[in-house]
Amino acid sequence: MVNLATLALSAGSLLATAEEEGHGVELSDGGLLAQYAWLMVVLPFVAALFITLYGKRTPRGGAWIAVGTVGFVLVYGLVLLISHWATPIAHTENINIATIGQFDIEWGVVVDGLSIMMFFVVGAIATASFTYAVSYMEGDIRETAFWASFSLFAGAMLVLVSAANILQMLVGWELVGLASYLLIGHYWEEKENSSAAMKAFLVNKVADVGLIIGVLIPALIVGSFRFHDILGAAVEGNPGLVKYGFVIGLLLFIGAMGKSAQFPFHVWLPDAMAGPTPVSALMHAATMVTAGVYLLGRMFPFYNSVAIDVLPIVMWIGGITMLIAGLLAIVQDDIKRVLAYSTVSQLGYMVAAMGAGAYTAGLFHLFTHAFFKSLLFLGAGSVIHAVHSNNMSDMGGLRKYMPTTFWTFGIGSLALAGFPLLAGFFSKDEVLASLNYASSHGTPSATFVMWIGIVTAFITAFYMARAVFLTFFGEYKGDPAHEPHESPRLMTVPLQALAVGAIVAGYFNVPGIFTPFTDWLSGREFAPGDHHAESFDIFVLVLGSLAGLIGIAIGYSFFFADGESQEARDRRFRLPGPIHTLLVNKYYIDDFYMLIVNFIKRPLANAANWLNGLIDAAVSGTGILMSVLGKFVYEGLDQRGIDASINAIGGGTGEAGGALRYIQTGKVQQYAAVLFIGVLLLAVGFFIVTSR
Amino acid sequence: MEWFDSGWGLTLIVFIPTVAAAILLAIPRSEEGAAKMIALVASLISFFLSVVAIFQFDFGRADQMQLGTKLEWITSINANYAIGIDGISLPLMVLSTFVVVLAIIYSWDHWPEPHNPKAFLILILFLATGMAGTFVARDLVLFFIFFELVLLPMYFMIGVWGDKQQVTLPIVNRVVEMRLYASIKFFLFTLFGSAFMLLGFLALYFKSGDSQLGIRTFDIEVLSDIATRVDPGFLGSAAPWIFAALFLGFAVKVPMWPLHTWLPDAHTAAPTVGSVLLAAILLKLGTYGFVRISLPILPEQSMNWAPIIAVLAVISIIYGSLACLAQTDMKRLIAFSSVGHMGFVMLGISTMTTIGINAAVIGMVAHGIITGLLFFVAGSMSHRYHTREMSRLGGNLKLMPVMGGILGFTAMASLGLPGLAGFWGEFMALVGAFNPLDGLDLTLFRTAMVIGAIGTVLTAGYLLWMLQKVNLGEPKAEWASVELHDVERTELLAWVPLLVAIVALGVYPKIVLGATDPAVANIVENITRAVGS
Repeated sequence: MVNLATLALSAGSLLATAEEEGHGVELSDGGLLAQYAWLMVVLPFVAALFITLYGKRTPRGGAWIAVGTVGFVLVYGLVLLISHWATPIAHTENINIATIGQFDIEWGVVVDGLSIMMFFVVGAIATASFTYAVSYMEGDIRETAFWASFSLFAGAMLVLVSAANILQMLVGWELVGLASYLLIGHYWEEKENSSAAMKAFLVNKVADVGLIIGVLIPALIVGSFRFHDILGAAVEGNPGLVKYGFVIGLLLFIGAMGKSAQFPFHVWLPDAMAGPTPVSALMHAATMVTAGVYLLGRMFPFYNSVAIDVLPIVMWIGGITMLIAGLLAIVQDDIKRVLAYSTVSQLGYMVAAMGAGAYTAGLFHLFTHAFFKSLLFLGAGSVIHAVHSNNMSDMGGLRKYMPTTFWTFGIGSLALAGFPLLAGFFSKDEVLASLNYASSHGTPSATFVMWIGIVTAFITAFYMARAVFLTFFGEYKGDPAHEPHESPRLMTVPLQALAVGAIVAGYFNVPGIFTPFTDWLSGREFAPGDHHAESFDIFVLVLGSLAGLIGIAIGYSFFFADGESQEARDRRFRLPGPIHTLLVNKYYIDDFYMLIVNFIKRPLANAANWLNGLIDAAVSGTGILMSVLGKFVYEGLDQRGIDASINAIGGGTGEAGGALRYIQTGKVQQYAAVLFIGVLLLAVGFFIVTSR
Repeated sequence: MEWFDSGWGLTLIVFIPTVAAAILLAIPRSEEGAAKMIALVASLISFFLSVVAIFQFDFGRADQMQLGTKLEWITSINANYAIGIDGISLPLMVLSTFVVVLAIIYSWDHWPEPHNPKAFLILILFLATGMAGTFVARDLVLFFIFFELVLLPMYFMIGVWGDKQQVTLPIVNRVVEMRLYASIKFFLFTLFGSAFMLLGFLALYFKSGDSQLGIRTFDIEVLSDIATRVDPGFLGSAAPWIFAALFLGFAVKVPMWPLHTWLPDAHTAAPTVGSVLLAAILLKLGTYGFVRISLPILPEQSMNWAPIIAVLAVISIIYGSLACLAQTDMKRLIAFSSVGHMGFVMLGISTMTTIGINAAVIGMVAHGIITGLLFFVAGSMSHRYHTREMSRLGGNLKLMPVMGGILGFTAMASLGLPGLAGFWGEFMALVGAFNPLDGLDLTLFRTAMVIGAIGTVLTAGYLLWMLQKVNLGEPKAEWASVELHDVERTELLAWVPLLVAIVALGVYPKIVLGATDPAVANIVENITRAVGS
């Protein structure tokens, strides 16, 4: 039953809260546009189901159907965004799907600044990646399965983003994990790929232990799964939430660390590159991996009110992650792995910003990063498509062969490196500025993280310069018989579109000048309580930009040289032996995890199985004991004792005894007799005990 | 439909399969077509009537026994033919009639050796009566009879149609056929438990005579009424022993660690349909017994025993999952997974909360359809590959795409993926364990919750591992020349309803929880009253 009354009530209280909170802006319910937002969520699932059932009979495995649905999401998201820009919307629809005690379990769609921003990002990046994939996946061995899973992902991501309650978010969370598993393992003939898929799923599952517990505690305290109720109670200082705030905040963050690949859960993301490149672009760069950041954003009023002590931990995890992942990106040869570690590192920036209390800065970096990182992945895919290798040592000189890919990839790299006036420049600066701001507003240790951020900015610029120069400059080192060529238009047009995004996305939040993005995100039910600098922080701005420019310059000096051999480069740039070994072995973190996994899989599992045998042996042993006992009772007492005494008196009942002995040889009878005697004895004992 | 509501409906649901079995006895063995048709029609009628029961059921009063009747039966011991269903038994009854239909459809052209469909169908039909009967019985004697009725058909099913592989017995080192060993083991374990259960029932009967009510009775509701309202202390010092006796009876059936060792052998040795019925319904008889009998009649003892049950449940979860990782036989792996999943159900029950017990019931239904389907698929696969050794399988998704797809989907449901049926039971059991009933040890239950949550990781681990070994990778060379056909019509016919149910229950759990919630709330309320007084 759709609980209309509660729905009306919640909508009413929503408006009321908005006024109480004193937003200054009045939130509208968004009218029909918001009420039908569920269409965005449902359509991709419909597409996934249709493709699963009929994809093989549809041209191109249903590719265009999939593209159509995400195109719809983009258009719908854009229209929502524009109307939200005009009049901020905050609206929730709920449908009850079960009631347990006082608990209502619901499906809901929340339409507010935060979710609208994500609708738009998911729609935009998905449309680009899907369109690109139409060409990229042409002739793939399992095209139908690909499109079904890809559509499933879009739907699952939208379930997550549109979640009006924390339980639904968990559902979306796990469903995107499923889609990720399916797509990472798309080429499952290779054990390496199916292992990568499994690794992604299991690492996330470990982190989800935190998430699951973190979801159920606040729900039990507040008596509702709705964000509306939980955040409301947190803001009002609900004593239970105050008491458990730290624990809940930490547990939820552990979940976020899994999906957003934060140290020490980051290990799955680089391996996830086993999936087709459009998957890496959409899921493992732009959208799915940002779910953790989104969760922090959605729960931000909670963190800011009752879990404020968790935020420094969040900030430091982000800081550690950005640095260690950035360093790993330097030694990779696989271009997708460079980008994967870069993604981990950039997610570190977002998380660090959230931890510094800078809600807008963190999400703004999510927003800009989505464009330039998906651009980079799709560009890498275009290159891989051309040279049939992931390794940069097989590339080189490609700018001559693939001009469009080159210049779009170049823009993406510059944006990521924080080159002035491109998207990454603005958002990274805001992250660093907010860290600096936090250091003077209650979190002194933010200074350190800010410096880590600046160092990482340098590292980022350096490895991206390396990637660009190794790939597009110098001599082509691949198969000379196979001259690379530019990708078809279906692939280059999405690249160009995303390149535009990588240039302009940053201008939606220029501090003190033009900040619609800030307004979008603050247009929600509970004030997130954002901490950030109101204008440019010149000190940070100069330092951050310089770090990026120096990184590019050093990268240039090491790796830019047309016509130079690989060996010559290696002579110029070589990390000290131990550091190189440490980085190549990924700090041995994976090996450490494998140690644990193998311990569970071998000795521990075998011990459990062995114990099973032991229990069986005990049971059999009892059985044997009983049958020996039975035999003794029968032959020793019954036959010899009682019968013998009778025999001694009357004599000659041998025949009867023989007959009895004949029956006794039947095993089942013996079992039954033993069982009967046993139960009888127990019954007597039982009644003696119970009748007391 | 007054005739239906006054007990005839339920009676027909329970006994139509028996009638059909009697008819089957009368027709010659060679008439296979007729035998199959009669069995199918009977099971369909039984299922159809249980669907009618859903419509006749008043969900507003789901906490009360409905559609039932009470007729004098053995007057000398005051045992009655008392039947009825409430919100807890309704979903389980429907599940049992539903699965029986699918089992017969699947059997249509999957006859395990030594063939003889007539006898096999008769056993299924007897099982159907026993299973549905257990869920509608309101009288302990009746309950016991139905509970035991499932024992013999299953014993023969395993013993005659089971796996003929030779195994060596532990300690005595004798080599016997798997089916013989497993069937006797199954029989003895269950009988062992039932003997104690019967003792418990008898003790309740005699003790009720000494209570303030003054009448000896086997009536479950009356006993519960005595325990929670009339004379809560009526069992005196015998109470712990009675609970222990019932516990043994039910725990063997669930099965709870360490009484579970019959299960992997029985499941592995049983023919496909036998494994399906075992997993889908028979295990539920145990957990249902806890919810229907132990909790309402022995509330205080349930409280005392709850921590022990919780600990055993958690051990079952972890132990079952670990044991799965050590298996090389696919069917045995699925069998062990039941130990873990039923651990979640027991964890839910041990919390004694509305959420926990609701979790248990939906967990039972979900496990029934998911693991039932897993056994169907595993059976069909071993039918084609003639092996269940995972090291020989691999690339199944390539050899049989539809079969592999269904296996993958079901494994995902089994690992508790949200949006599919398995999620709710697991998640809500954990929710219940965070806040168990007042008076239970918070630390212990919260620790159990954390360990249970870790168990979900292991569950995902072994299922994904199984998928990797069986479904993914390149097919082994030995299958290159073997003709393997993908799913057949009867298989699809039997499986698609389960697939639909898995999604439906996952997306809209109200299908079950809508019925169970009031009934569970009633039980918890009674417990609280009894324990509080």
